[in-house]
Amino acid sequence: MAECHPVGFQWVTEAKARGATVIHVDPRFTRTSAVADLHLPIRAGTDIVFLGALINHVISTESYFHDYVVAYTNAATLVHEDFRDTEDLDGLFSGYDGATGHYDTTSWAYQEPEDGAVAKAGGNEHGSSESARSAGEEHGSGGPALEHSVVLRDETLQDPRCVFQILKRHYSRYTPQMVADVCGIPEEDFLKVAKALCDNSGRDKTTMFCYAVGWTQHTVGAQMIRTSAILQLLLGNVGRPGGGIMALRGHASIQGSTDIPTLFNLLPGYLPMPKVGDHETFEDYIASITSKDAKGFWANADAYMVSLMKSWFGEHATKDNNWALDLLPRLTGAHGTYQTTMAMLDDEVEGYFVLGQNPAVGSAHGTLQRDALRHLKWLVVRDLQLVETATFWKDSPEVASGEWRPEDIDTEVFFFPAASHAEKAGTFTQTQRLLQWRHKAVNPPGDAQSELEFFFEVGKRIRARLAGSTEERDRALLAMTWDYPTDAEGEIDPAAVLAEINGRDADGQLLSAYTQMKADGSTSGGCWIYTGVFADGINHAADRVPGRDQNPIAAQWGWAWPANRRVLYNRASADPEGKPWSERKKLIWWDAESGKWTGDDVPDFPPDKDPSFRPEEGTGGPDGIAGDDPFVMMADGKGWLYAPKGMVDGPLPTHYESQESPVHNPLYAVQANPTRVIFERKDNLFAPSPPAPGSDVYPFVFTIARLTEHHTAGGMSRWLPYLSELQPEMFCEVSPELAAERGLENAGWATIVSPRAVIEARVLVTDRMKPLRINGKIVHQIGMPYHWGVGNEAVISGDSANDLLGVVLDANTQIQEGKLGSCDIVAGRRPRGEALDRLLAEYQSRAGVTAATGTQRPHSVDTQGDSH
Amino acid sequence: MGLSPLEWPVVRQLRTGDRLGRGPAVTSARTRATEPRTSTADRVVQSVCPYCAVGCGQRIFVKDEKVVQIEGDKDSPISRGRLCPKGSASEQLVNSPTRPKQVLYRKPGGTDWEPMDRDRAIDLVVDRFLDTHRRTWVDRDEQGRRLRRTMGIASLGGATLDNEENYLIKKLFTAAGAIQIENQARI
Amino acid sequence: MGHQLSGPTDPTRDAAWPSPEPRVGFFTDTSICIGCKACEVACKEWNAIPEDGLDFLGSSYDNSGQLGASTWRHVAFVEQSADRIEQARESGRKLVDLGMPSVGAPATAAPSGSAASSAPAADGGPAAEGAAEIPDFRWLMASDVCKHCTHAGCLDVCPTGALFRTEHGTVVVQADVCNGCGYCVGACPFGVIERRKGDSTVHNSGVAQKCTLCYDRISHDQTPACAQACPTTSIKFGPHDEMVELAEARVRELHGQGMTEARVYGANELDGVGGTGSVFLLLDEPEVYGLPPDPVVPTASIESNYKHAATAAAGLLAAAAFAFLGGAR
Repeated sequence: MAECHPVGFQWVTEAKARGATVIHVDPRFTRTSAVADLHLPIRAGTDIVFLGALINHVISTESYFHDYVVAYTNAATLVHEDFRDTEDLDGLFSGYDGATGHYDTTSWAYQEPEDGAVAKAGGNEHGSSESARSAGEEHGSGGPALEHSVVLRDETLQDPRCVFQILKRHYSRYTPQMVADVCGIPEEDFLKVAKALCDNSGRDKTTMFCYAVGWTQHTVGAQMIRTSAILQLLLGNVGRPGGGIMALRGHASIQGSTDIPTLFNLLPGYLPMPKVGDHETFEDYIASITSKDAKGFWANADAYMVSLMKSWFGEHATKDNNWALDLLPRLTGAHGTYQTTMAMLDDEVEGYFVLGQNPAVGSAHGTLQRDALRHLKWLVVRDLQLVETATFWKDSPEVASGEWRPEDIDTEVFFFPAASHAEKAGTFTQTQRLLQWRHKAVNPPGDAQSELEFFFEVGKRIRARLAGSTEERDRALLAMTWDYPTDAEGEIDPAAVLAEINGRDADGQLLSAYTQMKADGSTSGGCWIYTGVFADGINHAADRVPGRDQNPIAAQWGWAWPANRRVLYNRASADPEGKPWSERKKLIWWDAESGKWTGDDVPDFPPDKDPSFRPEEGTGGPDGIAGDDPFVMMADGKGWLYAPKGMVDGPLPTHYESQESPVHNPLYAVQANPTRVIFERKDNLFAPSPPAPGSDVYPFVFTIARLTEHHTAGGMSRWLPYLSELQPEMFCEVSPELAAERGLENAGWATIVSPRAVIEARVLVTDRMKPLRINGKIVHQIGMPYHWGVGNEAVISGDSANDLLGVVLDANTQIQEGKLGSCDIVAGRRPRGEALDRLLAEYQSRAGVTAATGTQRPHSVDTQGDSH
Repeated sequence: MGLSPLEWPVVRQLRTGDRLGRGPAVTSARTRATEPRTSTADRVVQSVCPYCAVGCGQRIFVKDEKVVQIEGDKDSPISRGRLCPKGSASEQLVNSPTRPKQVLYRKPGGTDWEPMDRDRAIDLVVDRFLDTHRRTWVDRDEQGRRLRRTMGIASLGGATLDNEENYLIKKLFTAAGAIQIENQARI
Repeated sequence: MGHQLSGPTDPTRDAAWPSPEPRVGFFTDTSICIGCKACEVACKEWNAIPEDGLDFLGSSYDNSGQLGASTWRHVAFVEQSADRIEQARESGRKLVDLGMPSVGAPATAAPSGSAASSAPAADGGPAAEGAAEIPDFRWLMASDVCKHCTHAGCLDVCPTGALFRTEHGTVVVQADVCNGCGYCVGACPFGVIERRKGDSTVHNSGVAQKCTLCYDRISHDQTPACAQACPTTSIKFGPHDEMVELAEARVRELHGQGMTEARVYGANELDGVGGTGSVFLLLDEPEVYGLPPDPVVPTASIESNYKHAATAAAGLLAAAAFAFLGGAR
């Protein structure tokens, strides 16, 4: 956090000065480690063992927050009797299909009431065909849909089929000894963390977890974060001040890019993109994402979707055309950035827009990325500088090595200069969901323009060209609303776009809350969770009451979705009766006199719902939320220790080794995540992992991260002298032990070889890298930043660490395992030209690597409840 | 540079009492006229740092329609006026002399860039967009189910794009049936 | 003017400012530095300092190397093992045992010429012992800057009047006055000031350059660029007295936590530069950070030459005036 979010870290510095304990778990010793109370070097990719052992510790020492766990989580809920755990099936949950690598998640569901109380009983959506769709981020700002909210509970937590007992059994083998053997963290250090965590959780204290892509970029990435969520729920650290799990997102509006997504699977507000076949009608679509019988605000997804379609298509969105769902394209599977890369290589993609992004350096497997660009007919790059993606045809490593000649590359390239943040107005959504409006300072230089202006212009010209067309393919383009107000110079007004996102009522008045949205077509709104940013006609993203003139919540600085609420699920900051768990940690509470929830933050709860309120069983929607159901977006109102739905690779996180690992999985026969997304291609090779022969050819773990001095793929840092001089060259960090083993010298050069690439880097020999003892064997890890790329335009250039990576994805998120891989390291600079390819091939041959290496999945298993 | 006799250093040393010539006696006219550009700016605009997602407040100082300084916004309850090295380099980011100011075009098989008029370049992009759109459009799958899409056009955006920009991009591409619309958020 | 070249004094009054402002300075608390280098960049950006070389130094995360004409803030990175940490803790504890200086009266009891570092004892007696575990390893980071000495060698040898003592007690070089003679370079015991290299395209090339403590900003009640940017408040700016007090209080706090390696650097007005305007909290001996343990301004030894030699001074002044006129552009 100190390394990549230094200004955010001021609050950690301040907390530490007030007595907080700061613990940093990272393979590398970073700037964060330097000021932490404790740094634990961990073997990259083993976080679930570490966190799972903390869960085991919390349960076995009965350190969990009992009252919170019983009242606010699904600990007491009974699970379907057909469910089988990985502990029963040696690394697989029930429902696995080895042929497809998918789970049928039916048996993971909650137990159904047997008295037939619910008409639509029958549990959750069936079939493994649904699993690819049920990625967590598609489920709104809450959890995935259950068909109803009726569950069976054992509040004593003793029933062997209740979530708590399943959890307890699942993690019982995750012991301090296991942490030492798998993660390389000594037992005494683990116990220090366990003690600090338990000592600093409960009524009076809270603990916070912060993470970044060190958790997301793994084939078990989403489950690493889930493990942390389970732990935080057990300790009662969710929905409370100073608690929670903080995603330290890495880009100015990467949160916004997810909320108002430019992502294949999402529409704004986490509404899923429609899928072929399943979503022919509006009713089909809504039924597959929510149910009116589920609790909470997600049950009103129909209003959010209709409002979105009214914003996009205006009068052309009607009940008769399924609220314009008929105009939308349909998905047939995952179409993420890596699937798109593969489609480019297969010549299926003709044109590619790259907007302020540098995949030639920033995406996994740079060689593959650049090769994909070479296959395009046309490429549009819009950026502040001539990034490597724009100039790949001229100065890529492949051109430098003589492998490609510019004359032979047929891609037509357009480079458009972009406007900087100072040269356009608009909102960024930062890492805590806070929208902040930027005022425009100056005009962009020369022909530079904003994405907003560029795409507005492109859209206008497309529509002008198509005017009068009756072709089906042009219908949506002509039907969409594109009549934005412009200024004297003809430029689009960004505030008008934000107002459209906010939404309007039937009279054209701006909405103040998403609860005003209707499913009858009378309201509009381009992103329901952003509704309220323009409440009362005021752009609240531009609210700027100085922090020193407000309480610490600072509600009048910017605007946080939803409803300007700063702590999500903050009903959990009070006990079931509505009283703060402690004076020290109070945030919102029930004021019986006024009959309202009150406090420092905007309550994340129906404002006048009495804590003692209990709905009639089976009531759906916001009315179905009981007075003690803090998790208002979850279908059962509870925090999910166990996820009966929503994750494609298991209802509980479990440890698998990474795609490339120096060790055999000590927990199960299953080595790697059985659902991981694999691209078996000869240009995407993987190293064997033990016990397969050849694994010793790439004996070391490389792990990739960022530095304070640079930004991502370098487009905003390597062109600036002031940042370039601070970290001028690509380097790698090795322990003195590894340096001695391989003859590496500090400030000298090293060549790093993976099955995909050979790169060179300067060497830092440092005690900050520690060899780890894993099951008695020494494992060396090599740290590398990924900011450099080969090219001629930047102030500094160098080999790209991401070239070393292969492409293998987390099936929940389609995010690459970008944090680590296997490699060898030798002293000296890499060869040039053909000799480079020969070295790469020699390693591959020695390791016996083929396209099939590391791509096997386990066979299906017969289980009592679910057989194949 | 002319100096009146009264401003001669020796005279000033005696006049000011700074006999060793280490203080007011030796200050140059330029030194005495020193004023920070934060004070002489025509206007100050509140903005937000474009690097990581902490969302630090920035103040952008503008003089003669040029950004002359970008520093932390002390009003921000998030950052309290502080910036990291990247945020502190924002002025250099905005005023970088290597920022191309015109559209560049590289023809198939070309070995160098050619400058191109922006208006014409946008027209060419629209040509290609519509051509690919027309040729790669698929209305229905083999089973006659709606697809309404093109797999011939893709997009990858960085996460320094504004919400309003992402909104327009998603709307336009989705209406065009382009579904391979992605973002750094998945990387 | 008896104390103008050594010993405790108020340098602003010595420079004959008719209405001096309170002396200001930095307190750099290295115990909370995260080594982000925001100070380096903010300084460069504000002062339009050119890039200072793109060399990879192999020196941990430090690629700036040292202070110089084009690096006015420099963050040092020091990697240490347990042995060295133990020695640092021991040496810091000894500073307290020696009673240098006593609590409440900073710097007055220290003998002249002693190390610039000092460690006030923790409240209530000797420092807590063994209270803090010794880690296996630590990574020290410290942002160095011009010391704005009470007796500034650079200023005292400057023949042109390019260097001057400001009304805030800081030491500033005037690029429009400096003729690039370079006397100041050798006179700085910290190796801070340097002539900027480069041809005429380089801003202020050929003349001596160093931190101005953002003279332009502080003259308009604005915080120096580095201190304003610093994410963790490792760099603090304010009245010199307050900075010294803060530093000593922080050392006491750390000693109370068993971190006896903490010590103040630069606050001893009996040292060879009369105390520095920029004070530091260090977690080891100054040498570890590349700082001199006993900085002595070269002019201190020739103080007696000036004491009763008005004619000599006048001659120097005349020379300075001549050089100034000759150097005027």
